Amino acid sequence: MELVFGLLSRAWQKKMEEKALEVYDVIRTIRDPEKPNTLEELDVVTEKCVEVQELGDEEYLIIIRFSPTVPHCSLATLIGLCLQVKLQRCLPFKHKLEIYITEGTHSTEEDINKQINDKERVAAAMENPSLREMVEQCVTEPDD
Amino acid sequence: MKGALELLQRVSAHPDARCWCVAWSPSGTLLASCGGDCAIKIWGKEGDSWECKCVMADGHQRTVRTVAWSPCGKYLASASFDATTCIWKKTNDDFESLTVLEGHENEVKCVTWAPSGNLLATCSRDKSVWIWEVDEEDEYECVSVVNSHTQDVKHVVWHPTQELLASAGYDNKVCIYKEVDDDWECRATLEGHESTVWSLAFDPEGQRLASCSDDRTVKIWKKSTLGDGESDSSDESWKCVCTLSGFHGRTIYDVAWCRLTGALATACGDDGVRVFKEEDPTVDPEQPVFFMSAHLPKAHGQDVNCVSWNPKEAGLLATCSDNGEFAIWKYNSDS
Repeated sequence: MELVFGLLSRAWQKKMEEKALEVYDVIRTIRDPEKPNTLEELDVVTEKCVEVQELGDEEYLIIIRFSPTVPHCSLATLIGLCLQVKLQRCLPFKHKLEIYITEGTHSTEEDINKQINDKERVAAAMENPSLREMVEQCVTEPDD
Repeated sequence: MKGALELLQRVSAHPDARCWCVAWSPSGTLLASCGGDCAIKIWGKEGDSWECKCVMADGHQRTVRTVAWSPCGKYLASASFDATTCIWKKTNDDFESLTVLEGHENEVKCVTWAPSGNLLATCSRDKSVWIWEVDEEDEYECVSVVNSHTQDVKHVVWHPTQELLASAGYDNKVCIYKEVDDDWECRATLEGHESTVWSLAFDPEGQRLASCSDDRTVKIWKKSTLGDGESDSSDESWKCVCTLSGFHGRTIYDVAWCRLTGALATACGDDGVRVFKEEDPTVDPEQPVFFMSAHLPKAHGQDVNCVSWNPKEAGLLATCSDNGEFAIWKYNSDS
């Protein structure tokens, strides 16, 4: 019995890791709003920053914890917005998303986390032409 | 006493966009929907199916967040992220833009008509609640701007019988407003939710208020009688008499209290629709107990944003989702 459980849980763990990698592949190429580098290059996101949990029936909960390079509030929210938008557009499997700033990286992290995870705020932000333009610049792949 | 929700029809109302809100007309024969495609659509039943009767696509430049019918059914108000509220007049099967209410600094999140039909309230991310008066010549005038919330105001709703208004905010609070000396003021602030309060609903008698939140709970608030029970005091005192927790997997975006049956429905970010009923209301009015009578885990393929009970047909429920669909359900309390 132990052996069976061991095998099942390892298979399940592998599945979660694969899903996490799928997610990471989508976010690593997002460009930083200020610098000419990707979020991966700047260590804003890392493979470890993606957590995947199974919600049931081919649906997954994705939790991302990112570390903005600068303590500037609006840039952190902008990165959060980019993560929301790119994942909404590019993830092929059914998911629910939670995006947070890594604890301790920001003084107003609760405020930022709340904004990023409010879908009404996100939707309204994307209807603001200048904000939308900034996000598009960060998320659009060179060959899109 | 287990209930069930039966699907009657699913409609792809706002393709490739979110459907944010659905609202039944007072006669119960029409359903208005609105969404991220900036359009409002009116649906009516033809035989057994709901068909689109009218499309208002040019009224707003951005997402239409909420639509609300006037009590007489002749007008429809639409609140938009473009910072305006449009009032539409119904003539036969058509809707014509009557006027556009401006003033909010940014997205209008909600609009609601008072039962008298003479007052309208709107709320916005600009943290304010505006109260508008309508006269016999269809002229709208803003009579009060109240800034009680410290953040976005997500929802406003009028009391079913009194001139009392409630608002729900991103600041986790609920505010209650009354007119005092010709000015609208916040007379009570209800605290308790641990995150954004998304929506509110009064019970049929207006004795209680249900609030739903990002904290995944529904709270029931009851107006407490102060001392000698004098109800003409300007002060409002409401306390939380029940919290429904552990039922919802994610943010609860909407709550609706059925005028006909007293059943409470919720729209949740876990794609589910739930109906709650009160257990023997006479036991202890100060500590009501609600049980979950029906739960549809995958009512929609994505977040459910709105839930609305038909005002004339008991058990008929409309919901809508992030995938642009709305659905009509029949709720049976004993199945």
